Amino acid sequence: MLLYRMLPPFGRNGKCVYEMKHKKQKLLLWLGILGVLLVGVFLTGSRGGGHGESIQTAMRDAVLHDVNRISLLGLKDVNPGLISAMLVTAVLLLAAALLRVLVIPRFQYVPGKLQLVLEEAVGMFDRMARSNSPHRNRFLGAYLFAAGTYIFVGTLFELFGFQAVTAGGASIALPAPLSDVNAAISLGCLSYLVILSGGAAGAGFHGVMATLKEFSLPISMSFRLFGALLSGLLVTELVYYYVQLSFLLPVVVGVLFTLLHALIQSYVLTMLTALFYGEVSEPAPKKEKKKKGRSAQA
Amino acid sequence: MNIPLNIDWQQILLHLLNFAVLAGGLYWLLYSPVKAFLAKREAYYQNLEEEAQKRTEAAARMEQDCRQQMELLEEEIRVRRAEAQSELRRSIQAQTEEAKEQAARILADARAAASLERDKMMRSANQELSAMAAAAAEKMLLQAMALKAEGNPYDQFLRMTEGGGTDGSK
Repeated sequence: MLLYRMLPPFGRNGKCVYEMKHKKQKLLLWLGILGVLLVGVFLTGSRGGGHGESIQTAMRDAVLHDVNRISLLGLKDVNPGLISAMLVTAVLLLAAALLRVLVIPRFQYVPGKLQLVLEEAVGMFDRMARSNSPHRNRFLGAYLFAAGTYIFVGTLFELFGFQAVTAGGASIALPAPLSDVNAAISLGCLSYLVILSGGAAGAGFHGVMATLKEFSLPISMSFRLFGALLSGLLVTELVYYYVQLSFLLPVVVGVLFTLLHALIQSYVLTMLTALFYGEVSEPAPKKEKKKKGRSAQA
Repeated sequence: MNIPLNIDWQQILLHLLNFAVLAGGLYWLLYSPVKAFLAKREAYYQNLEEEAQKRTEAAARMEQDCRQQMELLEEEIRVRRAEAQSELRRSIQAQTEEAKEQAARILADARAAASLERDKMMRSANQELSAMAAAAAEKMLLQAMALKAEGNPYDQFLRMTEGGGTDGSK
């Protein structure tokens, strides 16, 4: 009887009652802290940023970049997207140089993890170029690799939230380069020029005419990129503008959407470029009407 | 010219310049070396595959050669076996003939020996017969001479019946 009293009481599932109570207390404490924090957040103000910028101004600036401009080495005030693009280029080139010096010379016939990633990145765009443009694909593969990498890394760039100081002295987080319409137009038009060059080199006058027939392509490519990345940027701006939306939602909106955007936009632009390039660079079939007519008569 | 959406040709060109630098750098630093390595590895495995193919073909050729040599050997074995069998047959025949000759010779010798023996026995028998005939003739002659000396046979008989002996005793 004495021994029974000395043993700790057990619940239905065999767990110690004291242990269960302890866990409940911890859970209640955690929930209480969360509640206090939430109340504090809502009591301390409903607008973020602290600079008094209205949502209309923030949205308009996200689209037009006409307010928060950054000085480019004191020469000219440019959109933050250009600074982002230059930073992305610098980071990518530095990474490429490091990989070239430190990793590529140590490549093995049986690849390791990093080698596998590099091989797959290069091989994926190379295969895309080969499969979509079997006639001419050397230059296309290199272009697709550069464009795909630029779009992917440039889109992910906004996740890091690198800060920059505007010409007006305010601090802003650098956006994705392609959320700037100028960057999107430059990449869309460049892709169109690449397609045109492929048509001219592969099929001559026929290829050039086939490319010119798709005159809406640069506009559609440019604004597809711009629209897709801008929509992501706007949603992110909207979410972060209101403190009440800053819980849990950014996990989905900020990270998941950005990752999806990066993958999808890289794939879409490179695939479209490869498809059109392959289509216009295909040599025109030789006309055999006369021979057919003669053979039909015979 | 005031272009909507804050489109700036200078910035577009700056973006193009930026991308051109990036594309060139990525091509020289990453794309080209990795692709060269991929091509090198592909060539290496292609070479390995070709070598394996060559070895397989060489093994197949060797197998074919071995098979042909086996067929030649089997043919040679067959020929040699046939030759050996014919040789054996010839040898058996020769031995049989030799055995027959030997048997005939032995038989002839035996016959000659038997003939000699028979002759010898005949001669011996003749001699014995002659001797017996001579002995019988001598005996008969002696008996005849004794009879002649004792009288005629009738008287001799009477003496025997009276005396009990031929010599006249009782």
